Amino acid sequence: MSPLRRLLVLVRPVRWWLVLAVLAASGALVASVALMTAAPYLLSKAPLVTGFAALSVAVTAVRAFAIARASLRYVERTVTHSTALRILTELRTNVYRAVERLSPGDLPEGRSGDLLARIDADVDSLDVFFVRGLVPVVAACVGSVVACVILGVLDPRLAILLAVGLAIVGVGVPLAARAASGTAAARLVEARGRLHADLAEQIDGMADLIAFGADTEAMARDAALAGDIRDAQRRRARVLGAASGSAVLVAGLAGIACLWLAIPEVRAGDIAGTFLAVVPLVAFASFEGVIPLGDAARQIQVSRAAAERTFALADTRPRILEPAGPSRPLVDTSVAFRNVSFRYAPDAPPALADLSFDLPAGARIGLVGASGAGKSTVVSLLLRFWDPDSGSIEVGGADHRDHRLEELRAVFGGVPQHPYLFNGTFRDNLLLAEGTADDTAIQSACERAQLGRFLTSLPEGLDTPVGENGLKLSGGERQRVAVARLFLRDAPVVVLDEATANLDGPTERALLRELDAFARGRTALIVTHRPAPLDLVDRVVRLGRSAS
Amino acid sequence: MVDRVFLRGGTTATVRVAVVLTVGLIGLRAVLTAAADVAGEAAAASAVHAVRGRLTRAVFALGPSFARAERAGELVRLGGEGVENVGPFITRFRPARVSAVVLPPIVAVLVLVLDPWSVLVLVVAGPLLVLLLSLIGRRVRTATERRERELSWTSAYFLDVLRGLPTLKMFGRSSEQAGTIEAVGRRNADTTMDVLRTAFQTTLVLEWGATAATALVAIEMSVRLLGGDVAFARALAVLLLTPEFFAPLRRLSAEYHTGPAGLASASRILEVLDASARVAEPESAVAVPEGAAIRFDDVSVSYGDGGRPALRRLTLEIPRGGSVAVVGASGAGKSTIASVLERFVEPDDGLVTVDGVDLTELDPRSWRARIAYVSQHPSLFSGTVAANLRLARPDAADEELWDALATAASDGFVRALPRGLATQVGEAGIRLSGGERQRLALARAFLRDAPILILDEATSHLDEATQDRVLDGLADRMRGRTVLLIAHRLEVARLADVVAVMDGGRVVESGPPDRLRRTGTAFRELALAFADEGVR
Repeated sequence: MSPLRRLLVLVRPVRWWLVLAVLAASGALVASVALMTAAPYLLSKAPLVTGFAALSVAVTAVRAFAIARASLRYVERTVTHSTALRILTELRTNVYRAVERLSPGDLPEGRSGDLLARIDADVDSLDVFFVRGLVPVVAACVGSVVACVILGVLDPRLAILLAVGLAIVGVGVPLAARAASGTAAARLVEARGRLHADLAEQIDGMADLIAFGADTEAMARDAALAGDIRDAQRRRARVLGAASGSAVLVAGLAGIACLWLAIPEVRAGDIAGTFLAVVPLVAFASFEGVIPLGDAARQIQVSRAAAERTFALADTRPRILEPAGPSRPLVDTSVAFRNVSFRYAPDAPPALADLSFDLPAGARIGLVGASGAGKSTVVSLLLRFWDPDSGSIEVGGADHRDHRLEELRAVFGGVPQHPYLFNGTFRDNLLLAEGTADDTAIQSACERAQLGRFLTSLPEGLDTPVGENGLKLSGGERQRVAVARLFLRDAPVVVLDEATANLDGPTERALLRELDAFARGRTALIVTHRPAPLDLVDRVVRLGRSAS
Repeated sequence: MVDRVFLRGGTTATVRVAVVLTVGLIGLRAVLTAAADVAGEAAAASAVHAVRGRLTRAVFALGPSFARAERAGELVRLGGEGVENVGPFITRFRPARVSAVVLPPIVAVLVLVLDPWSVLVLVVAGPLLVLLLSLIGRRVRTATERRERELSWTSAYFLDVLRGLPTLKMFGRSSEQAGTIEAVGRRNADTTMDVLRTAFQTTLVLEWGATAATALVAIEMSVRLLGGDVAFARALAVLLLTPEFFAPLRRLSAEYHTGPAGLASASRILEVLDASARVAEPESAVAVPEGAAIRFDDVSVSYGDGGRPALRRLTLEIPRGGSVAVVGASGAGKSTIASVLERFVEPDDGLVTVDGVDLTELDPRSWRARIAYVSQHPSLFSGTVAANLRLARPDAADEELWDALATAASDGFVRALPRGLATQVGEAGIRLSGGERQRLALARAFLRDAPILILDEATSHLDEATQDRVLDGLADRMRGRTVLLIAHRLEVARLADVVAVMDGGRVVESGPPDRLRRTGTAFRELALAFADEGVR
């Protein structure tokens, strides 16, 4: 199904609201046409009319039409916007639900951040599809038909003339403009996207750029892209200017042509003289609804791209699937890798080759190996962020693909190599691990994670914000927050991935003592490239570099 | 024309001249409309371009400490759509405001000439509507500002949730976020509707006012036509001109939404530009001295966010060709020393000198050219491995790249990459481990071949065997250079002539590594912690 049709499907639950909006918009156009018709009629009538009563009817009609137009526009805009916002709120939630089912391997490599960053903007931008696309198009159609009918009653030739003019302005001109600006529009979108990606990367890596004196070069690249954007915009501006000029020209000529046709009719007595002024004005008014169609077509086009990206993401089929049958109960907390091989992409070097090890319930294993040997991959596979290409992983005595994902992950308490902290307070970030934890539990977890002194040094303690992605904290502080989460979570299997790599000696020693105490009676997998954490384990599994 | 056909029984022939004239006018109007559109859009494009250039330069001038504290996401947004918002503000809102001021009086004068009585209506209705508009406009503005804040908060929140999805999944908390996202979305929709409704009400009020005034004129004209006071042509002209009196005001109210959004972006951009103007480079920079003896004298630094000061009256000396290792607990202020030397932050107090010359008097660009620096979180950029290395020295030959890679113990893994030096890395590129990224950053610094070397935790992600190989290469590269090593691991510190132990933003102990190990209490405390790692 095309992305635009799918947007229309989203409309279904609120379709009556949109029908109301279209009715109001068409009504406003009709009122506009009627206003233009009634006012000159009133004037034309005046010299002939003798009775004041007939005149006041016309005057009342003029006022009624004008106020109706304004009120109907108000209804249209309010209803369209609020309906669009409702549809988009729903869509955003659905996209989140879809993305939530995905794992890192389902997204194009490396681009995940960019993709996700764009999704919010994409969903937001879809409101133009409804507000400036759908409703104006339908309303213009209704308005055009009404105008043609009015003129058709006077003389069918007038209706045909008007219809041709409307078609040129509403369909012909936008199509021509699109053909003329096709490449410019595409270049504009591309240059904007590249500039956005470049800026994000440069701001992120600014320290390195400046330190190496590469900032001038980076700015030059930005300036070149900005220049492309400006040139494409100027080109597009010329096309759009030509389009709006032609629309004005055609609308004017059609009005005059209608008048020209009507003059002999008045002479012949086929059209009442009082209607003569009505003819060009109806024509002009009906163009009012059609001239925005070029813009509407462009907006729909823009929405199409955004809708395509949004639905593509929402449609991505998760590679990591829930078990087909009922979830197997976990017998114990043992973990085993059986001949596991894995690559991140078909053309990537193998990250793990034929790895086997046993981690019985209650045992502790240290996983060591050179950097790049696949230590972190083992953790990702264990938590089922990826599935192995061959071999199997057993948790609790059964293939871990037989457990429901949520039940499986509930078994593990982990400290990742680069812990993610959410932009909230320390308390928010800790409550994530155990929503019902009270202050005493949180305090104790922080003490044991060696955060106690640090937290008391903060003016607001636990309620201090950690900044975007915890950026106000050092690597070591973030790791300790992750350890405090581990303590709060209280899960039976402990997985530490370089949990103490960024800590200085004394802190690391104290933290390892606490981790040792915590791991008592639990199953533990400790990934490290350094010897200190290995004091905690019973056995060491060494990973060889599988590539090269 | 209508007048002539309708009232005086004219034929098509009698109005031919008028028709030709009208067609000419329509053509002129079409050309003018097109020209106005093209000129407006082109002007917007140029304005956006100019603002964008200045903003980029300002952000770079402010440097990484600003870009980080200032929320990188917001800066990217400002450089993208924020700048583009300024375009419509300049080309649509401002002209609309000008024509709302200029055109109505002109129309009023025309009407005055045609029919003095009708002007009365316009003169009363016009100012009344303007007053009303400005009152509602103020309300729209505050509501828009609130909405902008809420929206940027929401998109930051959404992005935060998406980025942290693996973490949420680990804690089994990812599915419940859907509810929060929906609730936040609903609240946003409500705020947005508040703003829009107020804006639409403005338009409605304006329409009602304009309509009422037009109707008044129509009635007045009709009555006077009946009385035979005015000519038909004149009455028609007045009636057609009356809506033109209100048209610029209506356009202004239709463009009102571009105003606040553009204004909000513009004021944020101005804030950044102003901030960058304050860090203006010295007019006449002193030539960078040949040597590289570095001295910190009572230097204090705080990041100005109300947090703890990062350096507290720090005194430290790195003699020319000598090396100092700075060790200490995390948060002791070690990285800030590197940031001060790279001039990413300026000291609040105290003096940093290079061969006796105040660091702030040097041209930052030529000063940085003398440093090879590996930051704590080095970045790789979208591009090939080679391009990332050549950042340090654009004219380096391939052999020199391999040489630097070998010194950083990374020639092996680069050779194993699918396309060697030409392999794409960064956002769109191949997945590298933390250790591999770190070694590429080291190779980049070695390639730089600068007289000063600053390494900030440059081996923290390496396993012991790899680190040993890297340290061998490093020891070789340190010869003859002035070196600052920042470390929390003592194997690295042993390479330096002098070790300085930091705590709370100052040096608490310093001396040669061997002597410090025997006598330094703070150092022994650190060393003890590493005893099990076998500090030899």
